[in-house]
Amino acid sequence: MSRPGHRWVTPSEDRFDGFSKAGVSMVQSRSSDTALGGADARPRTNPEAAAGSMPRPEAMPAELGARALSASERRQRSLWGDAWRRLLKNKLAVIGLVIVTTFVILAAFAPWIAPYTQSEVVDPRLTRQAPSWTWPAGLDQNGRDIFSRLLYGARVSLVVGVLAQALVFAIGVPIGAAAGYYGGKVDNTLMRLVDVVYAVPQLLLVMIFLNLFGPGLTNIFIAIGLVGWVTLARLVRGQFLSLREQEYVNAARVTGSTGYQIMFKHLLPNSWTPIIVALTFGIPTAIFTEAALSFVGVGIMPPQASWGQMVGQASQSGYVQSDPHMLLFPVIAIGLTMLGFTFLGDGLRDALDVKGME
Amino acid sequence: MMRYIAGRVFWFVPTILLLIGLTFTILKLTPGTGVVPAGAQVVTQDQIESLKRNYGLDKPLYQQFGIYVWNAVRGDFGDSFQLRGQSVNSIISRTFPISLRLGAYATLFAVVVGLTLGVMAAVNQNGMLDYLSVTFAILFYSLPNFVMGFLLILLFAVWLPKQGVDLGFNIGGAQRWQDWILPTIALGAAPLATIARYTRSSVIEAIRSDYVRTARAKGLSERGVVTKHVLKNALIPVVTLIGPIFAAVGTGSFFVEEVFNIPGMGPFFVESITAKDQPMVLAVVLIYGVFLAVMNLLVDIVYGFIDPRIRY
Repeated sequence: MSRPGHRWVTPSEDRFDGFSKAGVSMVQSRSSDTALGGADARPRTNPEAAAGSMPRPEAMPAELGARALSASERRQRSLWGDAWRRLLKNKLAVIGLVIVTTFVILAAFAPWIAPYTQSEVVDPRLTRQAPSWTWPAGLDQNGRDIFSRLLYGARVSLVVGVLAQALVFAIGVPIGAAAGYYGGKVDNTLMRLVDVVYAVPQLLLVMIFLNLFGPGLTNIFIAIGLVGWVTLARLVRGQFLSLREQEYVNAARVTGSTGYQIMFKHLLPNSWTPIIVALTFGIPTAIFTEAALSFVGVGIMPPQASWGQMVGQASQSGYVQSDPHMLLFPVIAIGLTMLGFTFLGDGLRDALDVKGME
Repeated sequence: MMRYIAGRVFWFVPTILLLIGLTFTILKLTPGTGVVPAGAQVVTQDQIESLKRNYGLDKPLYQQFGIYVWNAVRGDFGDSFQLRGQSVNSIISRTFPISLRLGAYATLFAVVVGLTLGVMAAVNQNGMLDYLSVTFAILFYSLPNFVMGFLLILLFAVWLPKQGVDLGFNIGGAQRWQDWILPTIALGAAPLATIARYTRSSVIEAIRSDYVRTARAKGLSERGVVTKHVLKNALIPVVTLIGPIFAAVGTGSFFVEEVFNIPGMGPFFVESITAKDQPMVLAVVLIYGVFLAVMNLLVDIVYGFIDPRIRY
């Protein structure tokens, strides 16, 4: 391929020959690491030779140059390593990562960090005490330490966010996969169901489900998951629809792979990146949903602490004017967490190069 | 085009029916009937039974469903269980206009400010204005509306007055015209950010296109290029956002109304859910379903008219 003297032939031919094509389509898959490792001999010589053969490599069209570069990087870096590096170059994403990591650590170690338990009354005479050095976020209307309650509330948020998305994954992926892969009647039926859930604001349905199950942590994430899977199902369906006609899928079919094998060994690994981004955006949505439900009083029940519930109680009966600290801290906690996850999700989307998601 | 609209309208009916069926089933599975109003004196089993007969709850479920759908088609949503003697229709006609008003303000605010920010950011790409509007957009986009609402309250109705700057904002109520400003911002912020982001990338794409280069080459003023060529093409895809924005504003209004004590449908819906007031819940779900579906359909049709490239 890289014949000296042929200035333009090298990269462009390389781009369209059979090997590179396979390489490019495999890059998207997790298995690309090993697959490329095995067939690495050829591109290894490529960038040096290509650069050497070109009198002025910087005069190449930018796209071709970038392609030659990525071919050289592909040797040492995996897709995920590349994405990670791109993520760390993005300032907002790093801020998001720091916020999210802090949030997860605080939530995980809440019982060890918090000076009080979530329902412990510090002093019944010191209700609604303003923030001080002893109690950095002040005390609430029952004389409980707001800082400690925020830490325990973070646990609720984290558990709801992660488990709701786990449920979304468990329901959304199989349904989207079936609809996208089989198409036809299966697709029509399943997507009709998705349309129904899409027909109303999802929070309405979550509330109705939650009322059926009753309040409480477990029921909240189940209700969120039962309503939230539709977005992911649509996404997976779209991915599968577009990937289903790819050559490697045909190849797999010809070599006798069953439907399950094609779906879970070929289509799903190639759909990981948008799924990961969707789940990252789903976590703050679930956290917000829990906060909103607890805020209006149908979510987490006292004495268990939850950010939304703290907001709800602090916004009642004139506390807002007299003791704004009770409202300020939980509101900031929710806001920061949302910002962190959104920054991280935006960064992940750019780093993993997922297109068409807002 | 007509075929497409007919197809959409055809699917509209089963989707809404399924939606009511789903809600109906969940409500019937929920323990308790909600016929006894909160705070009522001790009620005997006989009284409960007679209340149930009164509301037609003694009939088999499929009959109840059929009767409900038949009445709903004729515009009768039954009587509220909780607010004795009030029909759902009267409650809705009292509260829905308030929600609609807030939603309309928020949508208008989001569209006007979002478009302006997006276009300004795009024509000053990588400049100070761009940086500022992108930063604001991402903040607005990430903060949930009730967090936004409380931050606005804490800033404008609590903190600033304590500093001696009273702009006349109250914590809640919807009495004076000023009372609508903060809720409008809180509810409109997230859609505003979406519109701004989308407009920005759409305009940047249009600026780089060949027809804009042609317009510049033939000597049009920068202003003429932007208004006649860039905006005209760049704003078409933004129209598709209106559907999702209605959905966002619809959902958000529940919480924003709760935050600012606005007597719209939101607080009523929450109350009727916890009180298991089945007719109220069904009616609200139905109104939202129909409203959103009609809006989405209208957006698609309008889109087909303004972009001649679209063929259904």
